Amino acid sequence: MSSFQTTDLNQSNRRKESLVRILLGMVTLTLIIPVGIILVTLIAKSEGTFSWAFFSEFPRNSMTEGGIFPALVGTLWLVAVALLASVPFGVAAAIYLSEYAEDTALTRAINLAIINLAGVPSIVHALFGVGAFVLFFEFGTSILAASLTMAVMTLPVVIVATRESLQAVPQPFREACWNMGATRWQTIWRIVLPNSISGILTGVILEVSRTVGETAPIMFTGAALFLPFLPTSVYDQTMAMSLHLYVISTQVPDVPEGLPYGVALTLIAIVMILNSVSIGFRTYLRGKKKW
Amino acid sequence: MAIETKGLSLWYGDFQALFDVDLSVREGQITSMIGPSGCGKSTFLRTINRINERHSYVRTEGGVEVFGEDVMAEDVELVQVRKQIGMVFQRPNALPISIRENVLFGLKLHSTKKMSRAKQDDEVEKALRRVLLWDTVKDRLGDVATSLSLEEQQKLCIARLLPMKPRVLLMDEPCSALDPKATSAVEDLIWELRGEYTILIVTHNMAQARRASDECIFMLMGKVIEHTKTEEMFLTPGHQETADYIEGRYG
Ligand SMILES: Nc1ncnc2c1ncn2[C@@H]1O[C@H](COP(=O)(O)OP(=O)(O)OP(=O)(O)O)[C@@H](O)[C@H]1O
Ligand SMILES: [Mg+2]
Repeated sequence: MSSFQTTDLNQSNRRKESLVRILLGMVTLTLIIPVGIILVTLIAKSEGTFSWAFFSEFPRNSMTEGGIFPALVGTLWLVAVALLASVPFGVAAAIYLSEYAEDTALTRAINLAIINLAGVPSIVHALFGVGAFVLFFEFGTSILAASLTMAVMTLPVVIVATRESLQAVPQPFREACWNMGATRWQTIWRIVLPNSISGILTGVILEVSRTVGETAPIMFTGAALFLPFLPTSVYDQTMAMSLHLYVISTQVPDVPEGLPYGVALTLIAIVMILNSVSIGFRTYLRGKKKW
Repeated sequence: MAIETKGLSLWYGDFQALFDVDLSVREGQITSMIGPSGCGKSTFLRTINRINERHSYVRTEGGVEVFGEDVMAEDVELVQVRKQIGMVFQRPNALPISIRENVLFGLKLHSTKKMSRAKQDDEVEKALRRVLLWDTVKDRLGDVATSLSLEEQQKLCIARLLPMKPRVLLMDEPCSALDPKATSAVEDLIWELRGEYTILIVTHNMAQARRASDECIFMLMGKVIEHTKTEEMFLTPGHQETADYIEGRYG
C-alpha cells in the first residue's frame, strides 16, 4: 500500500471543506442580491427620466416636472464647505494624535471620544447643529450651518483614516530622521506625509461619498425643500439631492413615478463614482509603494 | 576620550536596564560591544545620542561626556547631539526617497541656505565613494533608495551620515540583517572608516567583534563585566562570564 493514498479522514475533511465553502459563498451571494435588486429596480423604473434637461433645469410645477439642477449644485456646495472645514481640522488632529501625543490618560480619552463621536446618530448631530451653528453662532439655516454640522459628523472618519495612513508609515523611517537630528515636524513634512498622502486622500474621498447621501443633518440646518434660485454665498439656504429625493418621494403629490427613481439613481451614481475613484486611486498608489 | 560615561543608570519605568555603567571609548578606534540579548547594548547606544528620552517613562542618572562635553547638560541642543553622533540600525532604514536625497537629507536639515547643485553633487559623490557604493549607484542616483539591496541600503545608511561630519558613529548590529557576503563587505567598509570616526559597534557575531574591533566591551544584565583590548578579551578573558559567553555558553 502506498503511503500517499487517501484515507477516510481525508475524504470526510474534504467533504466538510466543500460544504463550508458553499455555505460561505451562498451567504455572500445573499448579501449582494439586495444591492443588485436596488440597482436594477432603479434603472428600470427611472427609464426615460434622464435627459440633459433633467440635470440642467430647475424643478417646475411644484416639483413634478423639470430637473434637479439646484439640488446638484446645492449638494456640491454643502460637500465642498464641509470638506473645507473637516479636512484641515481632522488631518491636524490626526497628525497630533499619531505623531506627537504621548500615550497618556488624556490621549486615550480623546481617542475614545472620537470613536464615540463616530457612533452618534446623525439626527443627534442635526439637533446639535441647530443648537450650535444655527442658533448659538447665529449662522441661521444656511449652507454654513449645514456644512459645519456635516463636518462635525464626519470628522471622526477623517481623523481615523488619516491616523491609520500615518501609522502605516514604518517607524524605522521616523527613527532614521530623528537620529539625523530632524525635528518631529521635519520628519512629518519630508517623510511621513508624502508617504501617507494617498491614504489620507482615500479617506477624504470616502468621507465625501458619505456626506453626499446624508439627509438628517442638513434638514434642519440649511437645506430647503424648494428654492427658485441658486445659493450665492455660504449664508444662503440651498436645495440638496438627498433632501430633494425625500421631498418628492413623500411630501409632494402627483410626482411622476420615474422622477424619484431618477434622483435616487443619480445620488447612488455619485456615491459609486466617488468610491470607485477612491478605490482606483488606492490601488494605483499601492502599486507605486516605495517599501 | 570620545565617549565617557560615569555611573550611568537607566530605567524603563520601574525596570532598570543599565546599572552604574562606567565606560570610556577611545577616539578614532573601533570598539565593539557584545553580550546576550536584552543586556542593554542598544539601550546604551540610544542613551548616548539621547534618542531614548522620547519615551516619557525613561529615566537616566549619571553622566555622558562626548569629547569632554556633557551631553546630558540642560543647555545641550539635542539636534546638534544627533547630528554629531550618527547612528546605524540593525535593519537598514534607507528613507523612501531617492538615493541622492538620502545622502543629502541630513545636510538639508541642518543648513539654512540652499546649497548649489555642484556642491550637492560633490557631497553625494564623496559620501558614496567613502562607503564604496559610488560605482554601483552612480547611474541611478534618482532611484528610490528602498529598491537597493540590503547591503547597499546599509552602506547608504552609513553614507548619509557622513556629510553631517559626525564624530562618533554608533552601530547597532549593522550586519545582522545581511548575508555573509554582504556582512563582510560592510565590515570592510567599517574598517575603512577607522581612524576618521570613532565607532562603537554592537554585534552578536563573535568573529566579527574579534576581526573588526580594537577594543571590546562585554555586558551582562545591564552591567559592564569587562572592557579590554579585543585580542586580550578573546585570548585571556578576565571573567568567567566573559569566557562562557565568548565560547557560546550563554543564550
Ligand atoms: N522601549 C522600551 N521600553 C521598555 N523596556 C525596554 C525598552 N527597550 C528595551 N527595553 C528592555 O531593556 C532591556 C535591554 O534592552 P536592549 O534593547 O538595550 O537590549 P540589547 O542588549 O540591545 O538586546 P538585543 O541583543 O536583543 O538587541 C531589555 O530587557 C528590554 O526588554
Ligand atoms: Mg539591541
